[in-house]
Amino acid sequence: MSGFLARRLGQSLVLLVLVSMVGFAILHLAPGGPMSQFASGSDMTQEDLDRIAEQLGLNRPLPVQYAEWFWRMLQGDWGRSYRDGEAVLNVIGSHLGATLQLMLTATLLAIIIGVVIGTLGAIRRHSIFDTLATVGAMIALSIPTFWFGLVAIYVFSVWLDWLPSGNRFTPGDGSPLDLLRHLILPAMVLALVETAIWSRFMRSSMLDVVNQDYIRTARAKGVPEARILLRHAFRNAALPMITVLGLQLPTLLGGALVTETVFTWPGMGRLFLDSISYRDYPVVMGILMFSATLVLLGSLLADLLHAVADPRIRLG
Amino acid sequence: MVDFRIDRRAVLGLGAAAALAPCTGQAQPRPPERPRGQVIVGLSQEPTVFNPLMPGIEVDQGVWWNLFSPLWYTDPEGNLVPDLAREVPTLDNGGISTDGLTWTVKLRQGATWHDGTPFTAEDVKFTLELINNPSFRARSRIGHQLVRDIRVTAPDEITWRMEAAYAPYLSILSLTFMVPRHLLSGVDPNTATFNSAPVGTGPFRWGARQPGDNITLTASPAYHGNGPFLERVVFKYIPDLTVLYTQFRTGQVDHTSIQGISPPFVREARTLRGRVIHVNPSASIEHIAPNLEFGPLADKAVRQALYMAVNKRALIDAIYYGLPAPTESFLPRQSWAFNADLPAHKHDPAAANALLDQAGWRRGAGGVREKNGVKLEFTNSTTTGNPVREQAQQLLMQDWRGIGATMRVQNMPAAVIWGEFWQQSRFQSVMVGVNFTLGADPDVTPRFHSSAIGAKGGRGQNNYQFVNAEVDGLLVQGATQFNQAQRRATYQRIQALVREELAILPLFQSAAVEGVKEGLNGYRPNQNTSSNCWNIREWFWTA
Repeated sequence: MSGFLARRLGQSLVLLVLVSMVGFAILHLAPGGPMSQFASGSDMTQEDLDRIAEQLGLNRPLPVQYAEWFWRMLQGDWGRSYRDGEAVLNVIGSHLGATLQLMLTATLLAIIIGVVIGTLGAIRRHSIFDTLATVGAMIALSIPTFWFGLVAIYVFSVWLDWLPSGNRFTPGDGSPLDLLRHLILPAMVLALVETAIWSRFMRSSMLDVVNQDYIRTARAKGVPEARILLRHAFRNAALPMITVLGLQLPTLLGGALVTETVFTWPGMGRLFLDSISYRDYPVVMGILMFSATLVLLGSLLADLLHAVADPRIRLG
Repeated sequence: MVDFRIDRRAVLGLGAAAALAPCTGQAQPRPPERPRGQVIVGLSQEPTVFNPLMPGIEVDQGVWWNLFSPLWYTDPEGNLVPDLAREVPTLDNGGISTDGLTWTVKLRQGATWHDGTPFTAEDVKFTLELINNPSFRARSRIGHQLVRDIRVTAPDEITWRMEAAYAPYLSILSLTFMVPRHLLSGVDPNTATFNSAPVGTGPFRWGARQPGDNITLTASPAYHGNGPFLERVVFKYIPDLTVLYTQFRTGQVDHTSIQGISPPFVREARTLRGRVIHVNPSASIEHIAPNLEFGPLADKAVRQALYMAVNKRALIDAIYYGLPAPTESFLPRQSWAFNADLPAHKHDPAAANALLDQAGWRRGAGGVREKNGVKLEFTNSTTTGNPVREQAQQLLMQDWRGIGATMRVQNMPAAVIWGEFWQQSRFQSVMVGVNFTLGADPDVTPRFHSSAIGAKGGRGQNNYQFVNAEVDGLLVQGATQFNQAQRRATYQRIQALVREELAILPLFQSAAVEGVKEGLNGYRPNQNTSSNCWNIREWFWTA
């Protein structure tokens, strides 16, 4: 196990360095740059702009800029945002809470509802319920999230006036009830799409399992159906879900750009979009490294959980 | 025993109520005796710069107006009103010497920074010196770079010498916010803690910021002026204009500022109950910016023909719902120097075709005109993701195709277009809205003087590369005149010359549509301040 861990961590570090190199190069070679934000909000001359570029180190050769950024990052200094001068880690930290709150709620809802629908669909294959669930999942997957979001806002905020149309809380309030009211719509919209994904995965996984010999044997031995389902079928069908969950980790913290924009939710997705628009290199690189680390950690975690849940797998 | 003491805030409040109340004969709402309630201002761009001397856009400036104070400001009618100064220096009161070179400013006594430190002339001296510090990322040094020999003659009086007489400096100072010496001296002003936790002398104090979401300011009890009457101001960042309008409609936002309400929503917004919609003429002039050194656009006849071929009325009505007003000038109609006698644009494609024929531009293959091997083709760029401008480009393309000119759309993200592409005149033509004035001053030296061409090493934003000796002379003359009547004549002539040469192809004076919730009093649009959040100190809710 320890050998496996060391090998995977080593591979991950190499991958992270490669990702940082490619990301840094693409970002800096893209047209435009952060100087336009200084130019557009000022009467600066080219001389002034050149001086700022010098102060920020933007006029040095790209490999030198990369080496300096990488060395500082290793020391825990991820740089400062060009937009507001805040430390990159603080900027990421200040958006992480909002994203976690939204994504965890949506994912938990999606897993619970999706697993139940998927399981029921598999054990009642071709029933009306299964057909409706399949059609519903296809619709949820086909229609863009922003459309769902706008319809939800129109129905629940504009028309019925039941829920706020966006934001994380009401300024000056922020009570748990207020937070909950603001969370319902975006979490519901995000969960809708995710539920469709989870239900499809669960259904096909469950279908694989319920046709296995050991399930048939259990039935032949007279084991009650509920026990077969919960003890034998569900546990085995849930194994592939661990991989899916592991791969969902970066999505969980990376944010949902569209939903965050439609519902004015100040999370990581919007931060990423804003930072790209302003060519805020330090923040974009910070988010990139953060996301890449999560992808690698998620995949590692999935492997480890798989081994724990399935005694047939031995890591080494 | 009856207490006859009069509360300062109550007196000021009455003054504000009287000033704000139009003579309708009805009882006007009065501001509360103590700050009460909050207002949520919706913005489609996020304020991120809190040092008011650093490069910032309109939304940043909206926050600055509430945290900081200038020496004086320009009110909606264009008058300079003292703020941290006791009076606005003029030739008449001796604040400006007769040669325009020596300025003396008497400061208000008793004003304090939000941390309780008294505001003094040393802060003014520090502010002016900081702006001129070459290692500081100052937003603008226009005018300030002429300041020499700053002397504090008393804690409430400061004097300096100007290297050359410069009348627009009064207006520039109306947009220059004072910063505290005790917090910024001895530290790197580019990265000081102050920049993320600002301390000012304005009506509101820094409260909290949730990056990417909102900024909260709270009422300053020690504010030296009128108000504030609100406990809290929340600047809420809502990046999508449709979502911003929806939140205004559902009541989550009390005021939509800057980009406000998009033209397609205006008709519906006017029918909303409990909402008041204001269509405010802005100082921004929407125009086609030609690069005057680029091929066909260098030819004046081409520019005249292109201008004649534009169906301006159709563009304004079809794309902008008739909200903005067509214009021929780079100055807003409300400016004291506006020239109303400029030749009016006439949509006349036949005359445009004739003019091009006369100028030797012959139709070639595909109907595109050519002259000496140069095709009448050019690109037009604007910020990507601006659907209104993108539609306007389609109409222009169609209008110009009719006279044998080909325009190709080459839009770019803001981070690309407004950098070197714009600053160094690498464009062929751009569709842009620009506020040409310096505060309320009509001086356009940074925009049209030949020494202001960045691509030629100049200081300024004459990105059109406009060169005209008479305009250069008039700009120098106008900047040194302190008599408004004389200045008006100078700037009216400049407008005539710019219109004659078509250094820009003016389309219209923009209109900003902003919404305010009913019951919120004190909102006074002011095109001289770049943000209508300039006077939130006077806002209050009807009890």
